[in-house]
Amino acid sequence: MSAPSRNEGRLGAWTSWLLLTPLLVLFAAVFVVPVVGMLLQSAFDPTFTTRHFEQAVSRPLYVRIILRTLQISVVVAVGTLVLGYPVAWLMARAKGWQAALIGCCVLIPLWTSVLVRSYAWTVLLARNGLINNGLSGLGLTDAPLRLLYTEGAVIVAMIHVLLPFMILPLYAVLRTLPVDLTQAARGLGASGFQVFRRITLPLSMPGVISGLVMVFILAIGFYVTPALVGGSQNMMIAQLIASEIAEAPTWGFGAALSTMLLVTTLGLMAIFHRAISFERLAGHRS
Amino acid sequence: MNRSSSGSLRWMAAAYAVLAFLLLPTLLVVPMSFGRNPYLEFPPTGFTLQWYEAYFTDQGWMKATLFSAKIAILVSLVSTVIGTLASLALVRGRLRGSAGLQLLIISPVIIPTIAIAIAVFLFFARLQMIGNVLAFVLAHTVLAVPYVVLTVSAALTRVDADLDLAAMGLGASRAEAFVRVTLPLILPGVISGAVFAFIISFDEAVVSFFLSGVHDKTLPRLMFENIELRLTPTIAAVSTLLTALSLVALSLVLLLGRLGQRRVD
Repeated sequence: MSAPSRNEGRLGAWTSWLLLTPLLVLFAAVFVVPVVGMLLQSAFDPTFTTRHFEQAVSRPLYVRIILRTLQISVVVAVGTLVLGYPVAWLMARAKGWQAALIGCCVLIPLWTSVLVRSYAWTVLLARNGLINNGLSGLGLTDAPLRLLYTEGAVIVAMIHVLLPFMILPLYAVLRTLPVDLTQAARGLGASGFQVFRRITLPLSMPGVISGLVMVFILAIGFYVTPALVGGSQNMMIAQLIASEIAEAPTWGFGAALSTMLLVTTLGLMAIFHRAISFERLAGHRS
Repeated sequence: MNRSSSGSLRWMAAAYAVLAFLLLPTLLVVPMSFGRNPYLEFPPTGFTLQWYEAYFTDQGWMKATLFSAKIAILVSLVSTVIGTLASLALVRGRLRGSAGLQLLIISPVIIPTIAIAIAVFLFFARLQMIGNVLAFVLAHTVLAVPYVVLTVSAALTRVDADLDLAAMGLGASRAEAFVRVTLPLILPGVISGAVFAFIISFDEAVVSFFLSGVHDKTLPRLMFENIELRLTPTIAAVSTLLTALSLVALSLVLLLGRLGQRRVD
């Protein structure tokens, strides 16, 4: 009785596609067509050419920016893992008001504008900002340190902004681990560190990989934070793309850089597609 | 036993330290917005509302705020409607290749926004639509719709499709059954999706950066320019207001989440 009725409750193929039509039309017109247009612009100028791509991988300045982007993104991904793991662990074990409090602490930054959070770092790290004033107040420094517009500033601020994207997938995996398992290991004489290294960590690997991939992908294309906190001396690839589009007379090179970033991301998505699920992306509660 | 609890304590201490790191920088902006000095300093001295006054009386700030609000409201409406329809198809429909469809729908979230921004900029520049409201609404809807689909799909999976069938057995048409049975049950999810979409559009800085014209610019674009050029506390006041708006939106979504759960139970 229930099987046929469930089937009747489903919409027919025609109705389903009809319901999807507005979204698909929008995506085709404002997403797929522009992206294809960008790909064409990067490879035709006006006839087929690979010179924009060659330029990107041969000029030392551009190579340096690409390498810096990859390097910062790796450091940021690992940094969010180290900082995010204890939070995800506590979030998975907490109950009642404590769980609610931690959940809010993770969700609030996710909902706050990236622009505001990056701005906060420019204030904190400024010459007369909180950190410099604190250091000189404690007598640790004589003159203000140069903190803003450094690679370190970019890394710290990006870790701060991207941390929720690591915590949520880790939490999704950690909360499914049975507590009995770690208790059994302790009962058999394992130390806290052994339990972590041999049980908790290996079992949470899907969350670790998912978080690393997501943070890395988001980091290589990041624009707002590095632009405000790092300045032009510590340029990452998104800033290079933006300045090429804003200043260069033709847009071919900017389109080519953008294409390279897009292809890298799609490649990572293809390899790790199972790690990037709809639900994990939003850190879904259910 | 003893060592285990001290180990746990160390983990807890680390976790709370990271949570403080997560929240404090944004909260520090709040006291700065009330400080008297015209340049940013910490700790701020004195108390004044002059930076809020400066924001609310400045034509440029007001114009950008209204421009962003107009776009965000339209984005919220459009993406909620088309996102809800798409969710119905994805959850209730008989679709071949729905995994591929899901991947397509979330791709604007994963693909670097800068790449989307450049593609959309080249597209609308050719159509001479830079600074155009429609261009913003269309581009932001692409970015916001995945969140609507996600929220509404989650709400739909919790509602039994047999309820609609029961209503149809009693003589309702399929559309009637949806509007009078399923829609009220998923309404909290739909409203959450609308709030999500509004905030995503209102806070969006990268696509806005490129689509903004000299005169028609969004609030995030104007904030970006202000942060880069001169660090006046007015930007601290705007940031505080924007953070407050995010908090209100988040509370609303959390509240609606509970409501949705209760309705279905």
